[in-house]
Amino acid sequence: MKRFFIVSIFLLISSSLFAQKELKGVIKDKNGPKDNLGVYGANIHWLNTEVGTTTNKKGMFSIPYKKEYRKLIISFVGYKIDTIIVNSTKPINHYLTESNTLEEVAITAKKDATQRSYLQTQNLVTINSEELLKAACCNLSESFETNPSIDVNFSDALTGTKQIQMLGLTSPYLLITQENIPSIRGAAQAFGLTFTPGTWVESIQITKGAGSVINGFESISGQINTELVKPSTNHKFYLNAYGAMGGRFELNTHFNQKVSEKWQTGLYVHGNYRGEKFDKNSDNFLDNPLAEQINVMNRWQYTDAEKGWVSFINFRYLDDSKQVGEVDFNPKEDRGSNTVWGSEIKTKRFDTSVKVGYVFPDLPFQNMGFQAAYSNHEQDSYFGLREYNIKHQSFYSNFMFSSIIGDTRNKFKTGASFTYDKYDEFVSAVMNSNFDRNENSIGAFFEYAYDNADNLSVTAGLRLDYHNLLGTFVTPRLHMRYVPLGRGVLRVSVGRGKRSANIFAENQQFFASSRTVTIENSGGNIYGLDPEVAWNYGVSFLQGYKLFGRKGDVTFDFYQTNFSNQVVVDWENPQEISFYNLEGKSIANSFQVEVNQNIIPYFNTRFSYKFYDVSTDYKSGNLAKALQAKHRFFANVSYETKTEDNDASWKFDVTYNWIGEQRLPDTNNQLPIYSDSYNLLNTQITKVFSKKFEVYAGAENITNYKQKNPILGSDNPFGANFDTTIIYAPVFGSNFYTGLRFKID
Amino acid sequence: MKNIFLLVAVLLLSTSVFAQKKNAKVSFEVDGVCMMCKKRIEKAALKTKGVKFAQWDVNTHKLSLIIDEHKTNTETVKKTIASIGHDTKDFKAPKEAYDNLHECCKYRDEEVQEDHKKKN
Repeated sequence: MKRFFIVSIFLLISSSLFAQKELKGVIKDKNGPKDNLGVYGANIHWLNTEVGTTTNKKGMFSIPYKKEYRKLIISFVGYKIDTIIVNSTKPINHYLTESNTLEEVAITAKKDATQRSYLQTQNLVTINSEELLKAACCNLSESFETNPSIDVNFSDALTGTKQIQMLGLTSPYLLITQENIPSIRGAAQAFGLTFTPGTWVESIQITKGAGSVINGFESISGQINTELVKPSTNHKFYLNAYGAMGGRFELNTHFNQKVSEKWQTGLYVHGNYRGEKFDKNSDNFLDNPLAEQINVMNRWQYTDAEKGWVSFINFRYLDDSKQVGEVDFNPKEDRGSNTVWGSEIKTKRFDTSVKVGYVFPDLPFQNMGFQAAYSNHEQDSYFGLREYNIKHQSFYSNFMFSSIIGDTRNKFKTGASFTYDKYDEFVSAVMNSNFDRNENSIGAFFEYAYDNADNLSVTAGLRLDYHNLLGTFVTPRLHMRYVPLGRGVLRVSVGRGKRSANIFAENQQFFASSRTVTIENSGGNIYGLDPEVAWNYGVSFLQGYKLFGRKGDVTFDFYQTNFSNQVVVDWENPQEISFYNLEGKSIANSFQVEVNQNIIPYFNTRFSYKFYDVSTDYKSGNLAKALQAKHRFFANVSYETKTEDNDASWKFDVTYNWIGEQRLPDTNNQLPIYSDSYNLLNTQITKVFSKKFEVYAGAENITNYKQKNPILGSDNPFGANFDTTIIYAPVFGSNFYTGLRFKID
Repeated sequence: MKNIFLLVAVLLLSTSVFAQKKNAKVSFEVDGVCMMCKKRIEKAALKTKGVKFAQWDVNTHKLSLIIDEHKTNTETVKKTIASIGHDTKDFKAPKEAYDNLHECCKYRDEEVQEDHKKKN
């Protein structure tokens, strides 16, 4: 008996020793009713262990306890995760809080300044304002310097106007829109991009290849859309001043004001001035134009988020004048002179537009939009003894409804548009110098978009237009995006575009030459010419990757534009510029590889190689496009220091371009057949002092590369060899600038 | 009298018919952690017949839906979502479905949760 007693004691002791301790408790809902029985199925486990359990129907649980566990995690879907520190097996009575009462989590991940989209069906690159600041200057035409998808060339040796190209085709083949309203077209083609100040631009979206059918039938090689700053999001006050050694000064001021609960307004004033005469290459011609511009925009924004209405009303007035030509040219005395050559280009433009958007408050996938825009563009100009005046009035309106079929995997957009363009054109360089015409068109479009919410999306669009000069025609566009695996995206696009070529407005640099102008009438409706029609095909592959833990992506783009009709601009004869409809083939092939690689945080690099094969059947035979480099290389490096507590930081940016040899048109042996390849190097440093104030300084064309003989026959501008159009490299050497930005919110 | 009774019955029926909305807005919590979960949850929701719109918020875990109540209800959607591995308050995902999720999506795992928080 005694033995039995001892054994029992031993057993009891041992069991109490070996028995695992248990922690017990009840989990309840903080906002639950008073008779709350607890939360059923909540997950309970010890941090960093596999030890866990769930609560029973009454919200009760018991979980093995060890002294070293300490942290108990309680989680339940729909509730905030709680961590409790436990020091003993004292029962726990815990209340969970519903997680939707949580404050919103702020996402602070840094957005890239340029984003290649993984999700869009179209091959879309977005340039946001941060990227735009990398090259501080000054207007839209100069906003693409750090982006390899767009090539920036010079249009002529006089105005220094930068001309953009995409897929080896000049900007008239692009549809350039401002907040999705076609903006730079018709008379505005040549200088339009210089009429949008850089500070007004919020972001730019570049679509390569066939665009959407919604904005019209004109785009052939791509679309560029500019979103302007909005009164609701722009700074209350913003000031940007810029000055360059090349004698250029710019001033931008923005004022944004809330007028009422729903109305906000913004006033944006831009002025630029260039008054100093430079003739660094001693050819007796100004290297840069003398220029003045006043550009004022007023925007009104109406937002009623509850009811789903958004509206913008814009007014813009522009007055721009340029003087180019010989250094001694005085417009007041020498206009019409045949001894001193000079030119003036004066543009006045008024724009107004209204946009109304409505999102059905209960149906986020369904909305309607209406846009209407009117512009009046007047350019009065003369180039030596040649006069060129154009007045272009334009009205555009577009209504769109978008919704879904079944569910959001099947979306559609449909609507109608109306355009009216009235041109009055006077060209002294040709016989019958008045070219007046009216164009109007009415069209309807339907675009269907399928997205399997995973790895495949297709957008198929079709529009039917009736145009008084182009006829009735169909414009199909197709885009496809497929994600084979991981972060690779394959895109395919096909589309047709049609447009009337504004031969004089688009090629007005030729007036500053002695070339005779010839139009070979083919019985068409526009200058006796038939409209341009082209198909664009594209394949693109984007692959995101990580290299040594650093993010990067590589893109391969191949695009072909195949003209079935084109207005060929033939300047292969040094004494002539002639326009005629294509007979034969005209094909532009472009290939681009682009690599974006992050090296260390805030240190990013971008490299790109581009190959262009653009050829046209001229009257004199098939030739590669003149002044088009076959090979181009691009590199951009940017670095930012970490933002300090007072928001101060440094930003560094370097852009390098290598431009391969270019075929030059026949110049009676004044110039070689091919130009030399050359390098361009730009850099900019920005010092951010605070959120309010920053200063920047930069240098363009640091290696000081200049075209040796930019103006042919400059010694005798009224002689037969005068030509300012054969320009393949910068005229002006290196240029240094500085500026500041000041903002109040 | 018979007529009145019929009328009332018809009225009652019709109101019960109209109570089912063609575009009903509903939302509930779905457990998940990352953008892959988002894709999976939204895709599963949209594949449910009658779901027109689905959006899952990775931070609040809230799934907002617009459904045609003639064709479906929240129960059905929740079941579908549970069947592909994501928990809701009412339906727990079966073990096999949860185990099938990608490693980064194991939202029940504390470490995975912490890892995603860090990234935010």
